Amino acid sequence: MIVIKRLLHKPWIWSFVAAVTVWFVTIIFTGGASAFGLTQATLTFAAFSIIVGTGQMFVITLGPGNIDLSVPATMTLAGTVALKVMDGDNSMIVPGLLVAIAIGFAIGICNYGLIKLLRIPPIIATLSMSFIVQSTAIWTNRGLRIKPPAVLADFTISTTMGIPNVAWIALILTIIAYWLLQKTIYGRWVSAIGQSILAARMAGIPVDGVRIATYVLCALLASVCGFLLANFSGGAALNMGSEYLLMSIAVVVIGGTAVGGGDSNVPGIWGASLFMFLVVSMLNTYGFDAGIRLIMTGIIIIGVIVLAGGNNSEQR
Amino acid sequence: MTMAGPQHAVIEVTDAKMSFGAVKALDGITLAIQPGECVGLVGHNGAGKSTIVNVVNGGLTLHEGRIALGGQPVDKYNVKVARDHGVRCVFQELSLCPNLTVTENTRIIHSSLSGWGWRKRASSVVRAKLDEIFPGHHIQVGALVGDLTISEKQMVEIATAFSEIAQKVRLVILDEPTSSLDASLAAQLLKYVRAFIKTGGSVILISHILGEILSTCDRIVVMKDGKVVAARPSPEFTEHSLVESMGSVVKGPSARPVRDISPGTPVLSAARRREQGLPFRAHKGEIIGLAGLGGHGQTETLTDIYLRHSGNWLREQTPKVAFVAGDRRLNGVFPLWSIIKNMSISHLADLSTKGLIHRQDEMKLVETWKAKIEVRTKNVENTILSLSGGNQQKVLFARALATRADVVLMDDPTRGVDIGTKQEVYSILRSEADKGRTFIWYSTEMDEICLCDRVYVFNNGAIVAELKGDEVTEKNILAASFMGAAA
Repeated sequence: MIVIKRLLHKPWIWSFVAAVTVWFVTIIFTGGASAFGLTQATLTFAAFSIIVGTGQMFVITLGPGNIDLSVPATMTLAGTVALKVMDGDNSMIVPGLLVAIAIGFAIGICNYGLIKLLRIPPIIATLSMSFIVQSTAIWTNRGLRIKPPAVLADFTISTTMGIPNVAWIALILTIIAYWLLQKTIYGRWVSAIGQSILAARMAGIPVDGVRIATYVLCALLASVCGFLLANFSGGAALNMGSEYLLMSIAVVVIGGTAVGGGDSNVPGIWGASLFMFLVVSMLNTYGFDAGIRLIMTGIIIIGVIVLAGGNNSEQR
Repeated sequence: MTMAGPQHAVIEVTDAKMSFGAVKALDGITLAIQPGECVGLVGHNGAGKSTIVNVVNGGLTLHEGRIALGGQPVDKYNVKVARDHGVRCVFQELSLCPNLTVTENTRIIHSSLSGWGWRKRASSVVRAKLDEIFPGHHIQVGALVGDLTISEKQMVEIATAFSEIAQKVRLVILDEPTSSLDASLAAQLLKYVRAFIKTGGSVILISHILGEILSTCDRIVVMKDGKVVAARPSPEFTEHSLVESMGSVVKGPSARPVRDISPGTPVLSAARRREQGLPFRAHKGEIIGLAGLGGHGQTETLTDIYLRHSGNWLREQTPKVAFVAGDRRLNGVFPLWSIIKNMSISHLADLSTKGLIHRQDEMKLVETWKAKIEVRTKNVENTILSLSGGNQQKVLFARALATRADVVLMDDPTRGVDIGTKQEVYSILRSEADKGRTFIWYSTEMDEICLCDRVYVFNNGAIVAELKGDEVTEKNILAASFMGAAA
């Protein structure tokens, strides 16, 4: 009983409860036939939003106004350039990954550079950055359709011990993120800045250093995600990142991370990402068309936020 | 208006009991406030002063006990009933909305200011009250509250509480009103309180500055651990007997050791501010006071020094400066965190290897400081906001003192801290200074300034005088506060 009670007080539990509920509802509709396939697909697709969502979570934890809107463009650019570098050659996988990481690193630096040097709010800085990045992606892509290296394509779509490889990667990355937030000085600093940037500065925290590191971290995760997604879907497309803009923010919020900053929640990202994909597939199974599906998704997101939010305010 | 029969108490609280978890905040308190009297409420941090205040203003509902208004027992007492009865409260934690103007804040507190033209009425009411209580203030009622200094915010809050709109103001509770006001503003306020009492109003005054309690109040109630331990007319108390009844060991005003710090190379220096006045410098092992009227550039000087000597991009293994906030909510506490995390945040470099925090070392540090500076809490895992204001301040003290920084900057840090802890802090400061630490201390309390080795007096954003050794006296400081800066 005590265990259950304690669990119910965790803000992330609600996203998991929601995810499991939707899973059952979907399975019931199909008469249990699709249980395995649905789980596999959910884990695979959720993995991508988990990776970008984790980066977004760090940025949102930095406090009110902090957000990275350049995530989709970063994914696209990292994916297209990496595929071009690898050019379908298995021996070029490592350089390709390094190029993707370098792109993420550069975009992160530029994002914070804009915020700091031009003193513009992150929402505008990262949005304008995303135009530059997206245009660069269009320019490098030029309608080319390059196939990913066979080994890598195989890796991203296959499973290990029944779990999709991309889900394993997401798991490893989120464990690192959890460790960073809970155990390290950096994590403390991020949380402190999110609660009060002035108090953080006066407590001796190198605020600019921490913030730039966080924007870089977010862009890095986005570029790794773009790299995986491009290989998974058999080639990069210019709009491949677009759905991850709202998704990366939604999974953070539904997952129980404080929108006002200072308090982050890694397990919640998992619950929320699984939930988001399951909602879409449930509505698909029930045969709704695209318009209704989007409306329903929106309503469900709002419902979960209201539920989880109400629960949060009670414990504070 | 004529009163029939004997006068009834404005409010009477009988056998009040309240507990928060295992902590008994009120343990059977009886308190009656008569019309036309000023009652002083004193006691240590966590004695239950703020709790009884919140009961009187209706913010907390009693677990046990009765409340009577004007002799009539009240069943359901809450903020609205209290306000309708003319009970107002000025909070210790300033409670104005920073994103609204002074006028708009007045409107929030006085909901009867509605309909067309409320803005005009609200501004004239609050402006008139400010002029009445603090003649010569420079507050624009159209200004955003967030742009005001902390003492100006306090002034606005006091003025709105005393403003009469719909109902007569019968009782005003002033919780540490002078802690962020300098001496001259405090005197204006206390003078106004006396005038308000004469017209038949009542005031509950809470303060750790015993002098003003003794001079202003008709009656003094001493609280300890949620109980009233003494309640007598104020002429029967002296500062000495008050401190004793609070349960502290009385220490006479310690003879100030006159120390001459050899003028070697300063550990810290700052150029003249705004090309005016004197430059600033600090030597190893000195306690330097920043004096002058409140809001004349002392806090800005401290912030400037801090920002100039601490990195914003990279981690420092040994910080050069540490800072103790005075405006806790602005640049002090991290509200979502526990006491532990709030205390250790500046010291993490020494509690970790390669960026990884050792929880045991952190816990050890926090327990050491908790004992050293007597933070009143059952469990340091509790959130910082579970502490009373004075105890939060102690945590901020410990945060700065725990670092290895050579220079500690203090921005009026003893606001809301009780006398016992203050003595404790003073002795820690003295012994740390003897070990070679430098303290730069802005204080609005003359007693504290007089503890310093050297004092810079501020006026209009510039240093106008430097006092050393025996020159550090109340008279000299006051005289210098009104001196213009030599260009």
